[in-house]
Amino acid sequence: MFRIPCPHCGPRNRTEFRHIGERGSRPDPRATTPEEWRGYLYGQRNASDWTAETWYHVAGCRKFVTMDRHTLTNEIRPAAGSTATVTDDGTPR
Amino acid sequence: MARARYSALGLLGHGLSQRRWSRVWRDHDLEPSYDVVIIGAGVHGLATAYYLAANHGITNVAVLDSSYLGGGGSGRNTAIVRSNYLTPEGVRFYDRSVKLYENLAAELNFNVMFSQHGHLTLAHDDGSLRTMRWRAEVNKLEGIDSEIIGRDEIQRLVPFMDVSAEARYPILGALYHPPGGTIRHDAVNWGYARAADALGVQIHQNTEVLGIDVQDGRVRGVRTNRGDVAAPVVVNCTAGWSSLVAALAGVRLPISTHPLQAAVTEPVKVFLNTVVVSGTLHVYVSQTARGELVFGASTDPYPSYSMRGSLEFTEELAGHILELMPSIARVRVLRQWAGLCDMTPDFSPIMGITPVEGFMLDVGWGTYGFKAGPVAGETMAELVATGKTPEMIASFDLARFAEGRLVGEKGAAAVGH
Repeated sequence: MFRIPCPHCGPRNRTEFRHIGERGSRPDPRATTPEEWRGYLYGQRNASDWTAETWYHVAGCRKFVTMDRHTLTNEIRPAAGSTATVTDDGTPR
Repeated sequence: MARARYSALGLLGHGLSQRRWSRVWRDHDLEPSYDVVIIGAGVHGLATAYYLAANHGITNVAVLDSSYLGGGGSGRNTAIVRSNYLTPEGVRFYDRSVKLYENLAAELNFNVMFSQHGHLTLAHDDGSLRTMRWRAEVNKLEGIDSEIIGRDEIQRLVPFMDVSAEARYPILGALYHPPGGTIRHDAVNWGYARAADALGVQIHQNTEVLGIDVQDGRVRGVRTNRGDVAAPVVVNCTAGWSSLVAALAGVRLPISTHPLQAAVTEPVKVFLNTVVVSGTLHVYVSQTARGELVFGASTDPYPSYSMRGSLEFTEELAGHILELMPSIARVRVLRQWAGLCDMTPDFSPIMGITPVEGFMLDVGWGTYGFKAGPVAGETMAELVATGKTPEMIASFDLARFAEGRLVGEKGAAAVGH
């Protein structure tokens, strides 16, 4: 079990969250090629490294939370360039 | 190299003598080139190497592994073998694998301890029962022994199970698959390694592939921590790390890596004669010949390369298994572990050629790779040797994701769905 620092609720157990996926941009369906669209549907980095992700705090504030997670160690740090600052112990500032 | 064959008398004599058993495959220096390089010394990689040598006479083959032989999914699965899948493609494929497993001990001269004691998938709701009827009909059309049974029959097969209507998730019926069962997974890895080694295949442990050389759309070889190797054919058989290895060759895979945890209890007197699976309760259980209960569950619900077990898993698993078998509440869990599953969007594998000529895939095996090891090896060996994609794996190609031809196996391949 690891804990996820929710900017609204503080550090909470991982089981309260639902993993949404790697952060990325959705192409405009009217202006995209089939290859691009399939890349968006099925493609992910799946890196064994720091990964920018979105989680949904389903059993808490029910807000979408962005963060960087290391997929090998499950360490979590605030998303790069994030404005929602989180202190070291995960409490919102 | 001629190697002494095992025989009952020989094993008994050696056992009584208390002498050490010698290793059954050799170490080698890495040579500058091979005809075929296989990345990943698990059951898929070793089986591919074995069938290349045994069926096609191609023996200048190196199997590379960044760690030890059979240390990934091949040594971490729960060793269940079955063929009662949902799609005709899947059923035919896994049935061939069961057939190969049935004759594997004789073919490899190595006891793989295949025990076909039957496989039960429980239905707790109408939706599951409907999917199982569908599966049973597809199975029967393909000639597989598979049928729906009721509560009385389930109770007869597994007397310790709570089949009462008062259970929290009452059991409505089950898909019974008599040829299913369990096997000793380490023995399968070692048996393939020994047989491949005897035919001249080189197995290189602790040899990590750091790069794959591609020139003009063709694979030229691999770069490893022990030096560079030239090869016209490179086969990726790496399970959880498959998308990282494919990325070295510039091939992007629609794969997401999830840990799958399992646990084993202290040994108790044998009471469970079949494999029992419950999709609703996200759990499956079998008992080994030694008496330990082996539990598995669904994959962790987020991608990760971490192979640490978690308490939340054990807690949930125990809660679910006690719904089915309240009488084992006092049995203690000895240990738990995790393996990495490379999940595809349609729960079917990715096998065959890639846009990079000579770079081939046998990946995307998710939670069901071990049971397919022999047939995957046989068909991949045929692909490498003949250059033609065998009919049996044609629908599992990488291009299906771009062309919209998914082979949806989720209803029969995953525990949690």
